[in-house]
Amino acid sequence: MWLENWDELSPAEKFNARFDDWTSPPGAQFASPAIARAYTERVRLFRDAIQLNKPTRVPLHFFSGFYAIRYAGLTVEEAMYDYEKLGAAMKQFNADFMPDALASAMTAGPAKAFELLDLKLYRWPRHGVPPTAPFQYVEAEYMRADEYDLLLADPTNYFLRYYLPRIFGNLAPWQKLAALTDLTEWPLMGSALVALGNPEVQAAFEKLLAAGCAALEWMKACGAINSAIVNALGLVPLTSGFSKAPFDTLGDTLRGTRPIMVDKFHQPQKIIAACERLTPLAVEMAVRAANGARKPIVLIPLHKGADGFMSEKDFKTFYWTSLKQTILGIVAEGVVPMMFVEGGYNSRLDIIADPDIPKGTTLWMFDKTDLKAVKKRFGGWACFGGNVPVSLLATGTPKQVEEYVRRLIDEVAPDGGFILSTGAVVDDARPENLRAMIETGRAYGVYQ
Amino acid sequence: MTDELVAAIVEMRDGDALALTKQRLDDDANPLTILDECRAAMEIVGKRFEVGEYFLPELILAGEMMKQIAAQVKPRLQSPSAAQKRAKVIIGTVQGDIHDIGKDIVALMLDINGFEVHDLGVDVPPEKFVEQIAILQPQVVALSGLLTIIFDSMKETIAAIQAAGLRERVKIMIGGGTVDEQVRGYVGADAYGKDAIAAVALAKAWEHDHVA
Repeated sequence: MWLENWDELSPAEKFNARFDDWTSPPGAQFASPAIARAYTERVRLFRDAIQLNKPTRVPLHFFSGFYAIRYAGLTVEEAMYDYEKLGAAMKQFNADFMPDALASAMTAGPAKAFELLDLKLYRWPRHGVPPTAPFQYVEAEYMRADEYDLLLADPTNYFLRYYLPRIFGNLAPWQKLAALTDLTEWPLMGSALVALGNPEVQAAFEKLLAAGCAALEWMKACGAINSAIVNALGLVPLTSGFSKAPFDTLGDTLRGTRPIMVDKFHQPQKIIAACERLTPLAVEMAVRAANGARKPIVLIPLHKGADGFMSEKDFKTFYWTSLKQTILGIVAEGVVPMMFVEGGYNSRLDIIADPDIPKGTTLWMFDKTDLKAVKKRFGGWACFGGNVPVSLLATGTPKQVEEYVRRLIDEVAPDGGFILSTGAVVDDARPENLRAMIETGRAYGVYQ
Repeated sequence: MTDELVAAIVEMRDGDALALTKQRLDDDANPLTILDECRAAMEIVGKRFEVGEYFLPELILAGEMMKQIAAQVKPRLQSPSAAQKRAKVIIGTVQGDIHDIGKDIVALMLDINGFEVHDLGVDVPPEKFVEQIAILQPQVVALSGLLTIIFDSMKETIAAIQAAGLRERVKIMIGGGTVDEQVRGYVGADAYGKDAIAAVALAKAWEHDHVA
């Protein structure tokens, strides 16, 4: 870490050190002192909101999906495969709308890397959906019902030899690999290496190395695009990376929606054990992202715990227990988990507003949840935001949007601790509506 | 006896439900009676969902049970569709979207409630909907989608149905993660349903309209 006595610091000291570092990012080359000041002021807005202080103004954010691409007249396919066009689109979009939080170039993802590996988990342009459609997940049982014990015994071994060979067509030969934990003693080590000599396994590694190069090329391109925008406009790159609720790791891409729900009846204890097993991995993923990018906020999209997906009792048992431990583990490292609470969470508010989670350390962005009810429970405990419907942005009028945002600010923003944002990811909008949202927030969200 | 199968389904004991079905078939029970019991059980499951006692996992497990029981029962049926079907419904996920879980649950609940469901699958282009409406002459069309890009797909689909002169013959409902009343107005559908139970209620109401 960047401070020598890091291990001796308290969670609050780590939090402050991370936010100070974010406020004065090493290596930033702002276009002018005024832009540098604007950047610092924007970080301050988010920091104040998260710590439940009143900022000078409501911070302005939206979950930027593929709308920036569409706005620039590009297809999703172009954004995924042509980084020059992607860069021009992102620069134009951020300059035209000026949210406080940067709309990042990284959303499109390294399609070339996924292509090299023959990724089965998604369809995307050139691979099963039209050029204008975003990537879409293909549901399947990538982990089988009888494989919980394998996952529990050693998640990494399970990923290497079972999950990855299934989601990447070109890594299928990895099923032949020995467990790396075999590599302990002279007489054992030789046979553990033999599979690596297999021509199919070697070809799989060659594909992986090529995919690594493609991913690096993507990261360099997107990093340069984002830095250029931050330096020119002083916008804040809000999140450093991702983590997941353990139940979602299991339910989204390992087991899938239908199977995880059937497992709830057939093998509930295995789900609970797997979520416990995945919790430290989720914490480590978040902290590693924050350390690597030197930004304190990590995004955690929440999927399968929403209203209707299970009863309150099941939510506590299967979803919340491990998510709470994940949040506590992340917060203990001074990192801020930003929960992107998709769908409705109206029946979950009493459960998630958990006093064990220290106040002013987390950030919750809601979709279809009633923010007035959130305010009642979260006021004085945690920062929240979101809720501007993407349906309104895509199909409404600027006047409707302005009225919605004003009402939202009147109802839940007055004491601070609030971030203006969209309820869901914006792939589609009318530009005048998105502008109305941002500009209403900018003018009407000023604190006296 | 009859209550046993209903209870097993309603209480989510899928192993028992399948064993009971097998036993009943081995004892030469009337396969239609078994299907009637399934319908009765699903009605209770639907009611419990409606009042917030059951949730998605229960609907999904019940759906799995229905599929497996139907697979056991169907070979014993004399004629494939002896039961009187209600109105015809065409359902599909609109062009550009491949999500199917929500659509499948709606299709299942409509089917269990006696509707004749024609599922066109996912990523269905407008012309496919138009073609199938012309051939099958359904009373109800249900459009599904999860992504926000589908607002325009739904609008285009309904415009194509209109252009083909078929709009007045069908009632159109929409549903999916980002869909709401605002979207309904935008795309020109007759109604938005927030879940599978709402879809069934809409179809029942419209069927009545149609008859009247």
